[in-house]
Amino acid sequence: MSNNNKKWFSLNLGRKEKVSSGSCSCGKTSGGCGTSSNSHHMTDDEFAAAAINASIGEERTKDGFEQVFDVKMDRRTAFKKLTASLLIGAGAVSTSCSVISGDESREKSQIDWEEQFKGNYKLMTDEEKQATVDRLVRSYQLRTGKTLSMSSKNAEEDVLFGYAFNISKCQGYMDCVNACVEENNQDRDSQMQYIRIHEMKDGKGFNFNEADDNYYHEVPAEGHFYMGTQCFHCDNPPCVEVCPVQATWREDDGLVVVDYDWCVGCRYCMAACPYDGRRFNWSKPEVPEAEINHNQHYLGNRMRKKGVMEKCTFCVQRSRAGKNPACVEACPTGARIFGNLLDPNSTIRWVLENKKVFRLKEDLGTEPKFWYFMD
Amino acid sequence: MKRLKVFGSLVKDSLDTITHGSKRYHLWMALLTFVMLVGMYCYSIQLEHGLSVTGMTDRVSWGLYISNFTFLVGVAAAAVMLVMPTYVLKDIDFKQAVLIGEGLAVAALIMCLAFVVADMGGPSVLWHMIPGIGVFNFPNSMLTWDVLVLNGYLFLNITIPFYILFRHYQGKEAKSSVYIPGAILSVFWAVAIHLVTAFLYQGLQARPFWNNALLGPRFLASAFAAGPALIILVLAIIRNFTEFKIQDKTIKKIAMVVTVAAQINLIMLISELFKEFYAPTHHSESAYYLFFGLDGKDALLPWIWTAIPLNVLATVLLTFHKLRNNFKVLFFCCFILFIAIWIEKGFGLIVPGFIPGPYGKIAEYTPTGIEIGVTLGIWALGAFVFTILAKTAIGIELGKLKYNKKA
Ligand code: SF4
Ligand code: SF4
Repeated sequence: MSNNNKKWFSLNLGRKEKVSSGSCSCGKTSGGCGTSSNSHHMTDDEFAAAAINASIGEERTKDGFEQVFDVKMDRRTAFKKLTASLLIGAGAVSTSCSVISGDESREKSQIDWEEQFKGNYKLMTDEEKQATVDRLVRSYQLRTGKTLSMSSKNAEEDVLFGYAFNISKCQGYMDCVNACVEENNQDRDSQMQYIRIHEMKDGKGFNFNEADDNYYHEVPAEGHFYMGTQCFHCDNPPCVEVCPVQATWREDDGLVVVDYDWCVGCRYCMAACPYDGRRFNWSKPEVPEAEINHNQHYLGNRMRKKGVMEKCTFCVQRSRAGKNPACVEACPTGARIFGNLLDPNSTIRWVLENKKVFRLKEDLGTEPKFWYFMD
Repeated sequence: MKRLKVFGSLVKDSLDTITHGSKRYHLWMALLTFVMLVGMYCYSIQLEHGLSVTGMTDRVSWGLYISNFTFLVGVAAAAVMLVMPTYVLKDIDFKQAVLIGEGLAVAALIMCLAFVVADMGGPSVLWHMIPGIGVFNFPNSMLTWDVLVLNGYLFLNITIPFYILFRHYQGKEAKSSVYIPGAILSVFWAVAIHLVTAFLYQGLQARPFWNNALLGPRFLASAFAAGPALIILVLAIIRNFTEFKIQDKTIKKIAMVVTVAAQINLIMLISELFKEFYAPTHHSESAYYLFFGLDGKDALLPWIWTAIPLNVLATVLLTFHKLRNNFKVLFFCCFILFIAIWIEKGFGLIVPGFIPGPYGKIAEYTPTGIEIGVTLGIWALGAFVFTILAKTAIGIELGKLKYNKKA
């Protein structure tokens, strides 16, 4: 796959090559690929040509860009509003038109309205991203009286996140699982967990079939070893390919993320993921107010709603702020290693170059950025 | 202007026909309405509490809805088996049957779309999927292909019969130069909707049970058995309860189609079973689960062991001309074949895809009452739509509905 002959992994790091060959790994519309606004337009134009070829209509290039309703109100925007309002029914309309409502609830319904009809985050400009984040923060403030900080930080240049897991060290304490749940505001009712720790019997090798990923006993149990799985942030992620609305995509720093507000909840990505990496909100997620982590990122641990997909984001709110993911920090044994694959001095690079690493189900061609190794 | 007037009168006349009928007819429609209401009530519960009211979980994330969707795509595709000989080969026999077949396709497609919507976690943001307004991940996602082909097929199957009926309604002959290109197109289209739906599953490297090259062709074969089988049953009912004449010859010809398709389907089943069980690999576990259960978990066993014998029995019976030409046997065969394929290509296909999970976890799936309620409601909706379409079509074809009859 990769032209540069690196021995330690076969990721396709030269993203430009991929774009020119027309198969950018983040999906067909590569609007979200470029970080600079220049490349943004380039890829959009390319995409427009492809879209017209596929006779879908040139209107697609604009999708998601017309976010601000009060400013533009052309035919398309009007149509968008009209159709969508028909679909959501009279509920939102009646609240937003209510006469007796005070300033605050007016503002609230204004926000709800704009949030309902905003575009796909992947295709938003930086200003639009900021606007939706501001709206969400304000809406939270209006509803609870509390403030939270939400980031819309984009991927940084020359960063590609990767993860390594030391099977020899893991003792199955599950501290990572708990830290993850707390950090990422997962639904407490259904006990959603991104990480699964598989308890395997010594002498049987990596036999997932006989492994137990739901144990409730003291660890480490005699004659067992442990292995954690989560979303592997594949470099060629099948979940992204199949999403009908591009609600999930690969960011430039390699994180595979979901726009919870754009996801329609078809669960096709869940069927396509070979690593059990995705979680669905089967009911309205509940997190006790006191336990909410207020340090959020739009693509990460902000509050979800029912009927949408979510997954591990390598704690985008932390990793893009230069910190380790919560699981890495919480692990008492040091079995988890995280870092920038493009930085030759990073620990993760040292592991990949000096340990005998392997990945799961490599034959599927998904190119996970998650390696296992032993001491 | 005149067209509009004719259309208005057609709508009025057909409203008139569908609201009048025998006691049995009213009872039937009342029953369907009741089931639909129950379904709607169940759906409202699902809307309020989310999909957690269904039996689906993170381990088995598609269930009854998607199973029924998959099966019904096949039923819809089967209308083509009647369209081709009638319109293209000018086989007069099929002419009456084909309108019924296309009505069935329309009803099946409406059910398909309803099942997909019922399965969505966020029906309020479904507009994200509308090309031009939302973001349509075409051509990467097979689901977008499916949306396109299904809606296209729905359009074809509404317009062609509508054109014909509209002409007949005015007492004119339908011009073949208008509808034949459409009919030929719909022949290819029907194959496409089924193949694309199969590709939806076939393209997932994560699920070895689906990721096999035979899935698409087997979809086609089973569809061309189950669909026409249903058409035979419907024709039998229509023949019994209305004055609409359907010749024995027509039914026999369709029976031939069913037989050949069922035979091919059986051959493919054998080939599949051979591959899974002669030299079982890690990837055969889903098939093991389906046919024998794994680790004492065997929820699908009663179903699949009903389906397989029914399938074999029906195919064998149909193979003998003597038996096939006996209508009692034929109807019985069609019925059991339909049930068998519904099980096999419904949850017998979808559920084992998720079991065992990506890491070997075996978590079973049982639909809940609410899920079943919604499913029944959607089937009732399909039957309702079909009854209305068929009644109008039959009225026009019999000449009971005519433009300016009164004047
Ligand atoms: S592990 Fe699954 S969810 Fe994560 S990127 Fe890969 S395919 Fe997608
Ligand atoms: S569940 Fe959401 S993210 Fe997954 S494929 Fe469907 S729309 Fe895309």
